Amino acid sequence: MATVLHSAPKFAVLAGIAQTLGEALGAMCLDAREAHGEILLTVKREALEDALRLLRDGHEYQQLMEIAGVDYPKRAERFEVNYCLLSVTRNHRVIVKVSTDEATPVPTATRLWPNAGWLEREVFDMYGVVFDGNTDLRRILTDYGFEGHPFRKDFPLTGYQELRYSEEEKRVVYEEVELAQDLRQFDFMSPWEGAQYVLLGDEKAEGEAK
Amino acid sequence: MSGLSLEQSPTTGDEVITNYTINFGPQHPAAHGVLRMVMELDGEIIERVDPHVGLLHRGTEKLIEHKTYLQALPYFDRLDYCSPLAMEHSYVLAIEKLLNLEVPLRAQYLRVLFAELTRICNHMLNLGSHVMDVGAMTPNLWMFEIREDCLNFFERASGARMHSAWFRPGGVHQDVPLKLLTDIADWLDTRLPRLFDDAMSLVVDNRIFKQRNVDIAVVSKDDALAWGFSGPMIRGSGIAWDLRKSQPYDVYDRMDFEIPVGTSGDCYDRFMVRVEEVRQSARIMKQCLAEMPEGPIASTDRKIVPPKRAEMKSSMEALIHHFKLYTEGFHVPAGEVYVATESPKGEFGVYLVSDGSNKPYRCKIRPTAFSHLQAMDFMCKGHMLPDATAILGAIDVVFGECDR
Repeated sequence: MATVLHSAPKFAVLAGIAQTLGEALGAMCLDAREAHGEILLTVKREALEDALRLLRDGHEYQQLMEIAGVDYPKRAERFEVNYCLLSVTRNHRVIVKVSTDEATPVPTATRLWPNAGWLEREVFDMYGVVFDGNTDLRRILTDYGFEGHPFRKDFPLTGYQELRYSEEEKRVVYEEVELAQDLRQFDFMSPWEGAQYVLLGDEKAEGEAK
Repeated sequence: MSGLSLEQSPTTGDEVITNYTINFGPQHPAAHGVLRMVMELDGEIIERVDPHVGLLHRGTEKLIEHKTYLQALPYFDRLDYCSPLAMEHSYVLAIEKLLNLEVPLRAQYLRVLFAELTRICNHMLNLGSHVMDVGAMTPNLWMFEIREDCLNFFERASGARMHSAWFRPGGVHQDVPLKLLTDIADWLDTRLPRLFDDAMSLVVDNRIFKQRNVDIAVVSKDDALAWGFSGPMIRGSGIAWDLRKSQPYDVYDRMDFEIPVGTSGDCYDRFMVRVEEVRQSARIMKQCLAEMPEGPIASTDRKIVPPKRAEMKSSMEALIHHFKLYTEGFHVPAGEVYVATESPKGEFGVYLVSDGSNKPYRCKIRPTAFSHLQAMDFMCKGHMLPDATAILGAIDVVFGECDR
């Protein structure tokens, strides 16, 4: 990697740690690499619990700090679940990744870390990823009775429902979202680099140029 | 409760008292925000707690995905609104890590100075409200005076008392006047120790305060690790773990300070860890003020940090940069990082995924309160109902951050 210029938190630099952990995980590990100073381990979904247990008990990653879901709709298995582990003794962090789709459950980590419960609930709530073995997989952040999984990329930013206090009914009522104008998505990408659309009016010139 | 234990319930006469369930919150002054806890009580003993969070969920992470990197920054002020600059700190460092962007030394000192001021500001609120939760009124009022001073300093640096949006990728937004730095130095020498020591003299050895906090919710080292504790919660349990020391960012590696740790892991220890942290923060701030060099306050990389307005008025290139950065914004190389800093409440992390465009692809925020609040059930079990407020106070929970 290039010289480190940034001043972000510096944890211990362990030479070849990605490779060492990759080899230790053996067949469970699909990919082990280092990028932007982070150690990223992709593991097989079925072997997740064993892999995490090995990292916790064999390699001193005592703390599970975070479980982050990410949605990549173009992939075959669209969801990625990232486990951020911290070792307080070796002063080191790794990110363990598994991928899954809407239907396939991911093994739970609640048997390893009690705090995985809420973190998994959050991923379930936001993305609809199911965790096999989590005994308390309720919604956590969204409203009681909410439908859908809001952080999926195909879920609109405005959502589907809005609520207001109704003076007539003397209670809070839920209604379909009604926008006075379309939600404006400003796209400032330069048309010369990267923009994937035809600028308004350019479609007329298309025929003449050719 | 099962039928068997019902029959054996040691109650007087023929009456069999069953467990009952109460709602703590969502609008309760000791809940520190909109926390709803469904508590199952046996008399006054807590049998089970089920915290319901999410009543303040605003979808910050989703909103961030629809904004450019710079536009997303002010959302971080609104997470933990008691320590806004500490929230921004993780985010700007995450962007800088992806960009591998060098930050000028003065900017790093300014960030550390104001992050520590934020820590004092946050602890004033937490210590004060913790004390008030267990029955004392006066210290809270005194500590709010310190908090008021802190907010005035933020206002003089950024123009806003709370939602500063002052840390920017590449540095800070604008330089501070010299008078502000000298005033902070005076304040650190005079008002802060006087007010703070006065307030603390009322509580730390107070018999009632100790009765309410000592030996309440004892958390062992192993439990603290397993439950993902961080910050004063893990230090209260006796583990000297502080990201400022172990994984230094900005100029923390140049600072000389100590990590206070608790001995028994109860609420009183967590309280005292925070008390000592205030003093250590003041120490760090004094070092920052003494060592801070002159120089630029933001990176001079014009592809990321916009030029000053005056420069923009006369230079064509600066005008273009200004326009591009405030509309399209800068592009961040594809990749993912997890950057965590020591916020006043614990490890505040940002897991940032970039796809190479001008907007974050995913920005997962790791709130400190999430892990701590989850342990509420385990910490409260077997304690009395009024202890729940002391435990909650010692967690230092703010729902803007917990619910995002």
